[in-house]
Amino acid sequence: MSRLKRLGRMPRLVLVVWWLHLRMLAVSAFGGLMQIVWPLIFATSALLMFRVTADEQVLIYATLGAAAMGIWSAMATTASNMLQAQRWAGTLELIVVAPTPLAVILLPIALAMATVGMASMGATLLWAGLVFGITVPVASPVEFVLSLVVTVIAMALLGFLLSVAVVRYRTAWALGNVLEFPGWLLCGFLVPLTLLPGWVTPISYLLAPTWGMAAIRESAAGGDPWRALLFCAGLGLAYAAIGGLISEAVLNSARRHATVSLT
Amino acid sequence: MRSVRVFFIGGLLAYRALFSWLSPWIFIPTLLVLPVFQILLFAFVGRHAGLESDEFYVIGNAVQSSSTPCLAAMTMAIAGERYERTLGVVLVTPARRVPMFLGRALPVVANAWACSLFSLLVGGTLLGVGIHAGAWLPVSLVVLVGCLSCSALALSLGALALRLRDTSTLTNITYGVLLIVSGANVPLAALPAWLAAIAEWLPLTHAIAAARLLAAGASFDRAAGLVGRELLLAVGYTTVGLLALRYQEMQSRRHATLEVA
Repeated sequence: MSRLKRLGRMPRLVLVVWWLHLRMLAVSAFGGLMQIVWPLIFATSALLMFRVTADEQVLIYATLGAAAMGIWSAMATTASNMLQAQRWAGTLELIVVAPTPLAVILLPIALAMATVGMASMGATLLWAGLVFGITVPVASPVEFVLSLVVTVIAMALLGFLLSVAVVRYRTAWALGNVLEFPGWLLCGFLVPLTLLPGWVTPISYLLAPTWGMAAIRESAAGGDPWRALLFCAGLGLAYAAIGGLISEAVLNSARRHATVSLT
Repeated sequence: MRSVRVFFIGGLLAYRALFSWLSPWIFIPTLLVLPVFQILLFAFVGRHAGLESDEFYVIGNAVQSSSTPCLAAMTMAIAGERYERTLGVVLVTPARRVPMFLGRALPVVANAWACSLFSLLVGGTLLGVGIHAGAWLPVSLVVLVGCLSCSALALSLGALALRLRDTSTLTNITYGVLLIVSGANVPLAALPAWLAAIAEWLPLTHAIAAARLLAAGASFDRAAGLVGRELLLAVGYTTVGLLALRYQEMQSRRHATLEVA
């Protein structure tokens, strides 16, 4: 098959793998429930804290951040364990021997996980409205949706990078768990970066969700989200490139040492 | 004498065999590092919300974080028998059930206590929250009582876990309820009245309040009432747990569902 023809089939492959994995995630009662309930628990805690003293603007800030936390949770824990999960399911070898590059298969899986995170975001916004009476006004709906889509894709790319970066760690899910709280802090989901120690800011700026969250907030407030969106998209592409290189390296290593299927 | 052996040796063996998080690759990130990040997260959220001092969140979250090792380890130490296909072997033995199951709780409590104190020390140091040297002993005692009552609740959940497939859903949701309701981050007075009423019947609520009192320099007498209530909850949940385990055993024998996962 010519290179051009193979490239032409990529979008269909991405779509099929994304849809297939989304359906697999949907049949897991545990996964589905926890993806929705887990961020809700922390959102509830945070909103209960904020509603005591904070004004309306801070509550809206916290609600948007709490809603987006679910996407990070879906990435940090689930994506970190992505390759291990394939190993345990006995499908890793099949993915590895397929003529399609490993990265092209892993990316839509991460995207499916981020899509579930979006569902959790919707649930949190609904919860904030019904239980706490907080409605998030969206001044620029088109920019808001665009910011959301770019953020979700960038987070999926980060998830992809994470999945290949921690593949040597056997209990990658535990490592992913640990990343959950620092991610919420570093990306400014609930707390402005100005409240964090100064040395943290450069780390935050290297994380696409920081820019994505800024773009979401700007577009909701009717500001200019484009600069933040550009940084978010750029960092996402950088994650994809680095992840692609790492995935090739770990794959070659696993083939050389015959460790693909070792759990 | 046999019951004493079952309690101490059997309990420790079962704990080591069934609690898979003892591997350092899981133990360190999940039970030592994660609670410290939990403290940092809520301390910064608290600063942004302007609600309480750092000390409030350090103590609240350090004590509440003991729920992770308590809930996870206790349910694993009981429901794990089913997944390992050893439940039948355990239940046909003539060993008395009370020492058999309570013996498993002992290492659970000890581990949760150590993890909780670790996060209190590290979280406090990182945020510059110092606990007076003289307060460490009574605070440690209160944390121990909190771990006892939380493990007792986990014993009841362990009995439920003999029926349910997703034990981790059960423990995660219970952890979440304790996070919201126990007063670790939201003062009880700021909770809706019905939630605050539930909090009175849940483990850790009184231990967190007592630990805060003692860390602030109060005498143990002032916290004795809270500690007493936490101990009563421990006794109550242990009784419920043991009865529930007995009931599950009888049901599984009657319906031949002993190891049906």
